Amino acid sequence: MTALTSLARIEAASLGRAQLIRTVRHVHVSDRPLVFIPLGLAGEPCAPLAALVGDDRSAPRLLVVTSPLNRDERFAFAASLADVVLGYIGSYLAGPEPADNEPYPDAPQVIVPNAGGVAFARLLGRSTRFRPAVGEGAVPAAVPVLGRWLTYLAERSHPSASLILTATGALAAHWATGQSAVEDENLATLLAWIAPPPGLNGADAALIAEDPARCPPAGPATDPGFDRDVLSGRLTAIRDARLIADPAAERRAVTALERELREVLAPTWRLVWQAIDLLRALPEAGHVAGRRKGDRLSFSGYARYLAEGGFPQPRKDAAVDAARRLVRLESDQQRLEAQMAYDDPLVMAEYRMTGEAFEGVVTRVEPTRLDESGKKAKLRPWIWVETADEVTAGPGTELRSPARPGQKAVVIDVEPAPEGSTLVTLELQNGMGRGLVPAAGSVPGADDVVCYTTLTLDFQAPPAFPSREDTPWTHGGPPPEYVPTELDRTEAWDGADWAGDAYAAEVLDGGLADQ
Amino acid sequence: MSIQEAARRAQQATQEIITAMATAPRGVVVDSPPGAGKSTLVVRVAGELVGQGHRVMVIAQTNEQVDDLAGALARSLAHDSELRVGRLAAGTYATPQRLAVHANLIAAKTTGELDGCQVVASTAAKWATVKTDAPWPWAIVDEAYQMRSDLLLRVAGLFEKALFVGDPGQLDPFSTVESDRWLGLSWDPTRSAIAVMLAHNNDVPVRQLPVSWRLPASAAPVVSAAFYPFSPFDAATTDADRQLGFQTAAFGKTAIDETLDMAASSGWALHELPAGHKPRTDREAVAACAALAARLLRRGAVATSERGDAPVTADRIAIGSAHRDQVAAIRAELARLGCDDVIADTSNRLQGREFDVTIVLHPLSGRRDATAFHLEAGRLCVLASRHRHACIVVARRGIPELLDAHPSAEPMHLNVPVKFPDGWEAHQSLMSHLARHRIQAS
Repeated sequence: MTALTSLARIEAASLGRAQLIRTVRHVHVSDRPLVFIPLGLAGEPCAPLAALVGDDRSAPRLLVVTSPLNRDERFAFAASLADVVLGYIGSYLAGPEPADNEPYPDAPQVIVPNAGGVAFARLLGRSTRFRPAVGEGAVPAAVPVLGRWLTYLAERSHPSASLILTATGALAAHWATGQSAVEDENLATLLAWIAPPPGLNGADAALIAEDPARCPPAGPATDPGFDRDVLSGRLTAIRDARLIADPAAERRAVTALERELREVLAPTWRLVWQAIDLLRALPEAGHVAGRRKGDRLSFSGYARYLAEGGFPQPRKDAAVDAARRLVRLESDQQRLEAQMAYDDPLVMAEYRMTGEAFEGVVTRVEPTRLDESGKKAKLRPWIWVETADEVTAGPGTELRSPARPGQKAVVIDVEPAPEGSTLVTLELQNGMGRGLVPAAGSVPGADDVVCYTTLTLDFQAPPAFPSREDTPWTHGGPPPEYVPTELDRTEAWDGADWAGDAYAAEVLDGGLADQ
Repeated sequence: MSIQEAARRAQQATQEIITAMATAPRGVVVDSPPGAGKSTLVVRVAGELVGQGHRVMVIAQTNEQVDDLAGALARSLAHDSELRVGRLAAGTYATPQRLAVHANLIAAKTTGELDGCQVVASTAAKWATVKTDAPWPWAIVDEAYQMRSDLLLRVAGLFEKALFVGDPGQLDPFSTVESDRWLGLSWDPTRSAIAVMLAHNNDVPVRQLPVSWRLPASAAPVVSAAFYPFSPFDAATTDADRQLGFQTAAFGKTAIDETLDMAASSGWALHELPAGHKPRTDREAVAACAALAARLLRRGAVATSERGDAPVTADRIAIGSAHRDQVAAIRAELARLGCDDVIADTSNRLQGREFDVTIVLHPLSGRRDATAFHLEAGRLCVLASRHRHACIVVARRGIPELLDAHPSAEPMHLNVPVKFPDGWEAHQSLMSHLARHRIQAS
C-alpha cells in the first residue's frame, strides 16, 4: 500500500466515509455487463448451489440446483448457465464477421461480486471444459463450450483487462475505506463505507452490513447460519419428497428452496448494480479505451479459435507458454501502471512521493536553443523547472511528461534552489516539428505547471521465445503435442476414480498445477 | 585453516569441476557461498575451455557483472596475443574506463562483429536477442540462482552444455504479478534457472566451492550455519589474518563507540535500539546507521588483512536495508553528515558486492509483523555476508519475540521443493548469535 493510500484510509477511518483515491475511472464498464452471482455448497470444491445471472438488472435469472451433490444435476445447472452466458457472449458475435485480425466492435464483460466469484468461474470452467458431448458421460453440447469461455474469462482476471471484473476489486481500486483490505472483499461493507444510507456514517453502516442476516454473504460461500437453519431443511425436504415419489411435495419443496435462495441472492444483485452505477459515475480515464481494444482483440481471437474447433485450454501451461504468459502479464502490469499515472494526477502523486516523478513550475525557457556540436544544428530547447518534490533523477536520465508523452526530456542538471526546492534543467529532444523553431505548444512556456517522470508509455515489443517444438533441454525438451484426454477431466477428489497410487499422483499433479 | 591450505582446497575443487565438465553430458552446477571465488572460477574455466579449442559464451545478469567478468577474462587471456574477448552490448552501451585498458577486448552490438573472439560475454537479456544456427559448445552462466527460468528458456537454445555458477543462499528471482498458476510445475517460469534446469536434468552434477575468501573466520561459521546448513563452508583466513582497528581511541563512552569496538574485536555487533513499532523509515534507526558509518570514518578505522593494511575508506563501507525508501532516508542522513561516499543500498543491489564493514538495518526492526518478504532468508543472507571484517546490525529490541509470534505460515504446495534454510529459522539462528554481541543504545 502506498503512503497516499494509507493516508486516505486513515482519513476514511476518522471521517467515517470512504475516500476517493482516483480522479478518473481506470477500468472499462460495459453498457451491458452480465452480472453473475454464483453460490456453492459448503464443503465441496465446486458444487454449484445457485446463481443469479443476467444482463438486465430488473430481470435476473435464478438457477438452482435442488440436489447439489448429484453430478447430473450439476451439469444440468451448467447447461442452463450456458444458455444465459453463451447467449450473452453470442450477442457480441452476432454482427458481420470483421476482417482478419480486426476485433468485433464490442466485447462482453462479466461482473462478479468478489474474487471468490472468479475462482468459482475458474473451477466450474475446469470441471466442464473437458466434458464430452457424445459417448460415455456425455453432457449437453453447450456445457464444454461454457467451460472454455469461463476458463478464458477467469484467466483474464487481471487489472489491465476488463472482460471479467469483481465489484469489490473495481471499487477498492478507486476508493479507500477505513477497514482492512481483507474486509474490503465484503461487497456489503465496502459499499457501506462508500455510499452509506442516509443518516449513517460509513463505519456504522459497515458494522450493520457485516451481519449476515441483514446482508447475506455475496458468495460463493453461503452463511453457515443459513446453511444450518434454512438450506439443510429445504434440501432434505426435496430429497424426502423424491424418495417417496411425491411430485406435489417435491414441487412445493423446490419452490420454497427457490424462494429462499432468491432472497439470499437478491441483496447482492442490488449491490453489484449499485457498484456498477458508482463506477459509471466516474469519468473514464484516457487510456481505458486503448486497453479495452486489447480485450476486444483477445475476445475476437478466442471466439475464432473456438469456432474453428479449438481444444479446451490445457490443465497446465507448457514451459514456453508459461514463460510467455508471465512476460506478457508483467508487461501488461507495467503498461497499466504507467498509463494510470499519466491519466490521473492522484496516481502520479504516488510516484512524486517516491521520487519517480516531480511536478513544478517552469521558471525559464530557451525555446530556440540550438545544439551546434554536430554537422547540422539541431533544435534542443532547455527549460528550467523549479519543484518542491524530491528529485531522484540525475543528469542524463530520460524523462517524459504526461502533457507531451512522446517528447523526450533529458536531465541536464539538478541543483538546490531557495526554500528547500530543487531546480531541474531539462533538454527537450523531439516532438517540436521539423524546423529550427519549435511548433506552437510543443515547448512548455514560462510559468506553466509541468510534471516529468521516468515512467514511459513506449511500446515494448514482446521478447522472442522459442517455439514449443524448440523447448530447450533445460526445460525438459519439446513437450508432446497437446490432445485433451480422458485423464484431463478426472479430478483427485472424484473418489470413485482413484485407482492406484501412480494414477492418483498423475491426476494430483495436473490438478494442483491448474489451481 | 592457513591460507595455503585454503588455496589448496579451492584449487582441488576447481580441478574436480573441470574434470566433471569433461564427462558431463549437459554441464555442471557450481554452488558458491559468499566470496568463494566465483569469478576466479569462471575465468579459470573459460581459459581451460578456450585452451581445448572451444568458443565460450559467458552469460551474466547485469551489465556491471558482465563488465567485471569481461575485464577479468581479458586480463587472464592477455598472455596469448591470438586470443580476443568480446563484449556484446546494446547500442546505447559505452565502454567503461576500466575496460578501455584491455587491448584484447572488443565491444560490439552484434555477434557477427565478434567472430574472432574466443570468449564473448553479455547479459542474458542481450543474449536472448541473438539468433544462431550452430549452438555454441559451451556457455558459462553466472549468478544463475538469480536468473529467472523464463530468461534461461530464451537463451538455452544458444548452447549445448553449460557451467551454471551462483550462490544458492542469495535472493531468489521474483515476479511482480500473481504467479500461483505455475506452482508445482517443474518449469515454473518464476523459479531460478538452476532449479528448473536441475528439475529436468537430474544427471547434472552439483559441485561446491569449499572456502570463502571474503568472510572472516568470525563470520563464515555463523553464515554457513544459518544460511547453508546442508552445504557448509569455511573461512579461508584465520582470526589472526583479519584485524580491524582504529587510529584514535574513543573519548568518553557512547553506545556508538561501544558498538564499533565490539564490531572491531569480534567481527559482529548488534546495535540495539529500544523496542517500538516504527514506520519503515524509522528515524532513530536510520540516524544510528549513518552515525555508525560516520563515526567509523572519523575514528580512522584500519583494516589489516592478508592483503596488508588499508584505511577503511567510505567506499569500503556499505549500509544495507530491505526497502528503497529506507535507502533514500539513509542516504539523506549520510549527506547531512558529510559522508555521501558511503554506499547505501537495498539487499537486491548489494548482491555480489564486497566491503570491509557493513552496517545492516535489520529487515524486522520496529515491525509489528514478519511477512514472507521480510523473513526471506536470501535477503538477510545478502546483508550478513558482504563484509571482510565486521558486520554491524542495527535493530529495535524484540526481534526474537516478533519471530516467535510469527512462525512461517506460508502454504505448502505439492511438487514445490521445500526451501532450505527456512527464513524464520535463519533469522533465529543469526539473532541468537548476535545476542552475544549486543550493545544497548538508549
